[in-house]
Amino acid sequence: MPTAIEVKNINKQFVLRHTRSIKEAIVWLVKGRKGDLSEKFHALHDVSLEIDQGEAVALLGFNGSGKSTLLKHISGVMVPDSGTVRTRGRVAGLIEVGAGFHHDLSGRDNVYLNGAILGMTEEQINERFDSIVEFAEIGKFIDTEVKFYSSGMYLRLAFSVAVHTDPEVFLVDEILAVGDEPFQKKCIEKIQELAAEGKTLVVVSHDLDLVSRICDRGILLERGNITFDGPIEQAVATLRA
Amino acid sequence: MSVSTEELARPGVGGGLAEVFRTRFLLKLLVRKELKVRYRGSVLGLLWSYVKPGVQFIVFYIALGVFLGLENSPRNPNGLPNYAIYLFSGIVLINFFTEALGNASRSIVHNGGLIKKIYLPRELFPVASVWVSAVHFFPQLVILVAACVFAGWHPSVFQLAAAVGGFAIVGLLATGLGLLFGAVNVYFRDSENFVDMLLMVATWASPVMYAWTMVADKLGQFWFTVYQFNPITVGVESFHFAFWLPTTDGSTPLPPNLLQFWMPVALLVSAGVLLVGQATFRRLEGRFAQEL
Repeated sequence: MPTAIEVKNINKQFVLRHTRSIKEAIVWLVKGRKGDLSEKFHALHDVSLEIDQGEAVALLGFNGSGKSTLLKHISGVMVPDSGTVRTRGRVAGLIEVGAGFHHDLSGRDNVYLNGAILGMTEEQINERFDSIVEFAEIGKFIDTEVKFYSSGMYLRLAFSVAVHTDPEVFLVDEILAVGDEPFQKKCIEKIQELAAEGKTLVVVSHDLDLVSRICDRGILLERGNITFDGPIEQAVATLRA
Repeated sequence: MSVSTEELARPGVGGGLAEVFRTRFLLKLLVRKELKVRYRGSVLGLLWSYVKPGVQFIVFYIALGVFLGLENSPRNPNGLPNYAIYLFSGIVLINFFTEALGNASRSIVHNGGLIKKIYLPRELFPVASVWVSAVHFFPQLVILVAACVFAGWHPSVFQLAAAVGGFAIVGLLATGLGLLFGAVNVYFRDSENFVDMLLMVATWASPVMYAWTMVADKLGQFWFTVYQFNPITVGVESFHFAFWLPTTDGSTPLPPNLLQFWMPVALLVSAGVLLVGQATFRRLEGRFAQEL
């Protein structure tokens, strides 16, 4: 299988800026640069990995281990300080679904807006519109402003748009806990279906039982370093140990 | 099994403004969203786009035209004829610039939630801001044209073309500065305050309220040339040429070489600002997600 995602020796440092105004920066310069204006935090440390097309991979680790940062590099939201990230085909994220939703627009407008944000063309959205609404179980509320939606309806619609974008690589970050039990089941089934179709999946989740069901490979991150890369059962066992 | 035949490519490396053109469907939706959201929950709705400049015009006309004596009248033969139209044709253009640049400078920070989570060409946001302002400019233009027709407007095709040119100059300038200050605003929130100040100066640094001859008389040749390097000055003068001049007897002179020399210069200056803005934006955008 050809490579879908190739990450080569990437490093990422975050500057924890203490100041955000020119005044403070000038005062700092005038005082002879006393003290550190900014503090650095190494979020990813020389991380390399390759993911083949059709693989379902889980990124595991505790909070602050760099999982989401790595995912943001793969999606292109962040650019590494050094090293390279390359991807093949269209990458779309189920990252914090609803990020592109606007409360004052109707469900219909939001489907179009969010679909376009996630990279769909006008024809694609037109074509999949009914399927999106049906999957979200929104029905007649589609022309209501989303601020009147229940939180479950909101998430269902957002998730539905995201799974209909049909990219080659799917990035999934902590969104598997959407909606009520039946809808959650439906989502997980949909994701498994995508995996079976040969889509590349990269999943970030703290729900270890769930990721062991969906993924077959696990990558363990600890403070920005990869500490384990192998079969999902072993990865989960290592993390739990 | 779907095997992509595409090559490996680096994500998150945008193609600048060309990319905005490729995602114009999204641009259209973003503009439509802004327009829908702007006057939500208000009774007058889009009418506000008429009411606000209308009131602004009345205030300026009474204060400047009547009280300060810029309007031509039997008792004030040195005033400008049809001062109301002179004033309004400049105001609509300045309003467009003010709204476009003000919103574009805030657009990146304002859309931070989205930029932090999903990759999309970030130039979309400043460009959409300018576009929205252009849509709001339209009703004002309608009022201006109505007033002109009432005052006996008889423009030539050439004059109308000059107005289009003036609008393009100001639009390019607003986009360029919007990209620049929008990007800088992510790092230093001082940027938007600086822009507010700049916009206040811009209103008075071009012949919107007063006539260019007053500037030429006071400043002398050299500083007047400097004054004319401001693309907004040229834009405003081109609007005077298109909307105000054809309603008068045409005896008031335009600034010398306005069309032959200053229009192309202003276009070049605006295009230059756009290039600098785009270059700065691309340098800074790599770290937007972590700085927002």
